[in-house]
Amino acid sequence: MKFNRKTQLDSEIPTASMPDIIFMLLIFFMVTTVLREYSGLPISLPKAKRIEKLKSKRHTAHVWVSKDGLISIEDKIYKADGVRHIMYEKRVEDPQLVVSLKADERAKMGLVSDIHTELRKADALKLNYSSKTAVD
Amino acid sequence: MARERRFKGGEIPTSSMADIAFLLLIFFLVTTTIDMDKGLGMVLPAEGEELEINKKNILNCLINSSGKVLLGGEPVELSNLSKKVRQKLAENDKLVISVKAHSASGYKDYVKVIDQLKQANATRISIAESD
Repeated sequence: MKFNRKTQLDSEIPTASMPDIIFMLLIFFMVTTVLREYSGLPISLPKAKRIEKLKSKRHTAHVWVSKDGLISIEDKIYKADGVRHIMYEKRVEDPQLVVSLKADERAKMGLVSDIHTELRKADALKLNYSSKTAVD
Repeated sequence: MARERRFKGGEIPTSSMADIAFLLLIFFLVTTTIDMDKGLGMVLPAEGEELEINKKNILNCLINSSGKVLLGGEPVELSNLSKKVRQKLAENDKLVISVKAHSASGYKDYVKVIDQLKQANATRISIAESD
């Protein structure tokens, strides 16, 4: 019994739906892209094992603390007691706000403790100590 | 010399659409930062919500300025902290661990302590004001 072999010519990958696939990918990346808005301070994050991911970038406010004790929020330098006002405003705008504390591992606890107090006064209670994954 | 027309009527050429879409795709691929923010989660107590806790149920965890840890009055190595805390939690599941750091102690040590407590599945962690 002989099989009818198809000709070599029509064994090509169909390219007609390629633009659709690419558009799908494009839309995915467009939706997931968050262009970097603020640059922050140069810090080296501490390392930890029990790490959890922040759910949404849109509900996250970053507080940068450098090793010299500078506090930066959205590219502006604040004193410890100035954190309250800006975080309170942010908290009012977004009740789901999570504060991501990006503090240098060499920062002093006195300052971090002050920020805790300020955040409590601003009613921004969900805090996340940003850290890298420890390997071992 | 008449050339045969392929399209009748004015249609938008779609042959280059794939290229354009590819270009956009590559742009968004490059600019996307997938690395999510991650770290140790913590919920601060609300202002004026200080609770009175029975002294039996409090385990003090103190960090001094050189990063040494004192757990319930005895010095503990940082690497053993989670084991010790787990033991204490097994004895008393209502235990609240109160972390108090010296104001000159490093944030790194504090994060390590919190990490160890989380590894011991301690859910009730309280942050005492450092003085």
